[in-house]
Amino acid sequence: MSFPNPPKAIKLVLLGEAAVGKSSLVLRFVSNDFQENKEPTIGAAFLTQKCTIGDKTIKYEIWDTAGQERFASLAPMYYRNAQAALVVYDITKPASFLKARHWVKELHEQASKDIIIALVGNKYDLVEDSNDELRKVSVEEGKKLAEEEDLLFFETSAKTSFNVNEVFIGIGSKIPDNSPVTETRPENGARIDLSSQPAQKSNSSCC
Amino acid sequence: MDEEYDVIVLGTGLTECILSGLLSVEGKKVLHIDKQDFYGGESASLNLSQLYSKFKPSGQKPELKGRDRDWCVDLIPKFLMSNGELTNILVHTDVTRYIEFKQIGGSYVYRNGRIAKVPSNEMEAVRSSLMGIFEKRRMKGFLEFIANYDEDVKSTHQGLDLDTNTMNEVYNYWRLENGTKDFIGHAMALWPNDDYLNEPARQTYERIVLYVQSVAKYGKSPYIYPLYGLGELPQGFARLSAIYGGTYMLDTPIDEVLYEDGKFAGVITKEGKAKAPIVIADPTYFPEKVKKTGQRVIRAMCIMDHPIPNTNDLDSLQLIIPQNQVGRKHDIYIACLSDVHCVVPKGYYLAIISTIIETDTPHVELEPAFKLLGPRIDTLMGIAELYEPQQDGSKDGIYISKTYDASSHFESMTDDVKDLYFRVMGKPLVLKKRPNAEEEEGLNGL
Repeated sequence: MSFPNPPKAIKLVLLGEAAVGKSSLVLRFVSNDFQENKEPTIGAAFLTQKCTIGDKTIKYEIWDTAGQERFASLAPMYYRNAQAALVVYDITKPASFLKARHWVKELHEQASKDIIIALVGNKYDLVEDSNDELRKVSVEEGKKLAEEEDLLFFETSAKTSFNVNEVFIGIGSKIPDNSPVTETRPENGARIDLSSQPAQKSNSSCC
Repeated sequence: MDEEYDVIVLGTGLTECILSGLLSVEGKKVLHIDKQDFYGGESASLNLSQLYSKFKPSGQKPELKGRDRDWCVDLIPKFLMSNGELTNILVHTDVTRYIEFKQIGGSYVYRNGRIAKVPSNEMEAVRSSLMGIFEKRRMKGFLEFIANYDEDVKSTHQGLDLDTNTMNEVYNYWRLENGTKDFIGHAMALWPNDDYLNEPARQTYERIVLYVQSVAKYGKSPYIYPLYGLGELPQGFARLSAIYGGTYMLDTPIDEVLYEDGKFAGVITKEGKAKAPIVIADPTYFPEKVKKTGQRVIRAMCIMDHPIPNTNDLDSLQLIIPQNQVGRKHDIYIACLSDVHCVVPKGYYLAIISTIIETDTPHVELEPAFKLLGPRIDTLMGIAELYEPQQDGSKDGIYISKTYDASSHFESMTDDVKDLYFRVMGKPLVLKKRPNAEEEEGLNGL
C-alpha cells in the first residue's frame, strides 16, 4: 500500500478590475459552478481546492480581494508569500486590460520574485459564437504582454468552464517540486501555533 | 458614492482594525477609512524609506543592506503576552491564519548595574544571578505562594488577603529586598511605576500569574511577536473585516464630518458622502474631542549590527530598566528584534527604547539604555503625546480610542478595545470561535 505525498499548499492571489469574473473563475474551479450576478463571498478567509497533476497534489489557498478592492486598498499582507497570482481581465473591456498591466507591475514590485503569474482573459463565452465585435482585447495583445512579462496566458470562460481547470493545472505544473512553502522565509527558530491547546512548538510550515 | 453604513471607522490602527473586524463578523456594515496611504496608522511597521522620511527627512541615511521592504520597523514597540487577551482575540477570530508568530528569545531586567534573565519559576529563581543565596530562597517561597494560591483554599493564602493587603505587605511577608521587589513589580507584573506597591495586591497577583503562565506556554519568554512586524496585526484584522463585507478606503482624508442634531451622521470624502449613525476613530480624527493625558513618550529606534551585549547573543528580547534602578519615576523598556522575525535584513538588529518623559531633555533620559546597547549604526527618535477621549460617545455617537501607551505589551490596548466594544454595542465582548480552516474546507466541498 502506498501513501501519496501530502498536498503542497500554494497561496494564490486574485487581482483584476471589479466585475471581470475573478470570483466566478474561482467558483468554477472550486465547485464547478457558475452563478449570474454572484454576490461577493462573505466570511471565507480563502477558498481551498486540491488539484492533482501527475503524481503530485497541490492544495490551492485562493485569496479573494474582498472589501479591499473597490477603493484600491489592498494590504501588503495580501501579496506576502503568495506563490501564484491570477491577473484577470475581461476580453470585452479594454480598460480592464490596462488595469491588468498595472497589477502585473505591482506584483513585480510587491510580491516574491519567484511568483508564478497567469494572465487570464475571461468572458470568452461572449465572443465564442463568431460574435467577434464584442471582443475588444485581441488574443495577440494578451499573448504579447504575457511574453514580455514572462506570464502564463489563457483565455477562459467561467460561465462555460472553458479553459478554467487548465489555468490551475498550468500554474501547478510550473511550481517547482522541491520548493517548500516557506522557502523565502528564514527557518531558524520554530514558528508557534497559537491555537493548539496545550500549546507546543510546531515545525509545520503549512496551515 | 452616497451610501449608508452601520459604522464608519476612521484610522487603521490596531484598536480600530480589531473593532472593525469584530463588528463585521457580527454582521455590521462597516466602512473603514484611513487618511494615510498605508495600513496601521500609529501601529504600522515602516519600511526603510518610510522610516527615514518620517524621522530624518533631511538627515543622511547610513549605508544599509537589504531591500527597502526587508525593513519593518514598528512605530510603537510592544510584544504580545502569549497568554494575553490579544492572543485570545487572534485565536478566536482565526486571524492567526494570516499571521505567523515566533517567540521572543528572552525577558531581561537591569539590576545593580548588570542585566540578567527574569526568573519565571522556582527553579529559575534558584539559578538566577539577580539575587544572593538567601534572597533566592525567599523568592522561591514567594513564587511557590503565587503558583499554589487557590481562592477557595484558605490554607494557601498564608494569612494574606489579596483585596485588603497591599502588594508591599505581601512582599514584606516574604521579606523580599527592594531590588527584588523592583524586578517582580516591573519585569514580571510589568507595572510602569511604583504606585502599585500601596494598592491591594490582587491586580499585581493577576499580572504575575499572566506573566508566569505566558512563559509556561512556550518556554523562552512570555512574549510572542508576528513575523514582518506588528503592522501585520492591523492588516490581519482589516482582512477579517473585508471578508465579512467591510469596505476599505485608504489615502482618503476626511473633508467634512456631518452632524444631525449634534450627533454624528456621516463623512464627506473625495469619493462622496457616506452616512452612518456611529463612528469609531483614533484621536487624530477628532482633535477637538480629545484631551492630553499629560504623558509624553519618547521612543528611539536603534539600528545595530550586533545583539545586545551580555544577553547570550539572543535574536530577540525584552529588557526592562526599573525606574528605581536609575533614579527615575518610570521604567525604560527596550525591545530587541532581528532578522529571525523578518523585520531587518540578516546581520542587523533593531532595538527600540521607550519611556515616559520626565524632564526637558528627554533624549538624555535614554542614556542608561544606550549604554547597555553598545555601538549603534543609527538612532531615530520620536516623541508622542498621549491622548484620550473627553467623552464616552453616548451623546454624539463618536467613539474615540486612546493613543497607544508606553507599556511593553497590548493588555491596556485590548482593555480599550473591550471598553469601546461595550459602549458601541451595548453588550460585553464575548469571543466566539469561528470555524477553523479544516471545518471551512469541509463546507467548501458542498
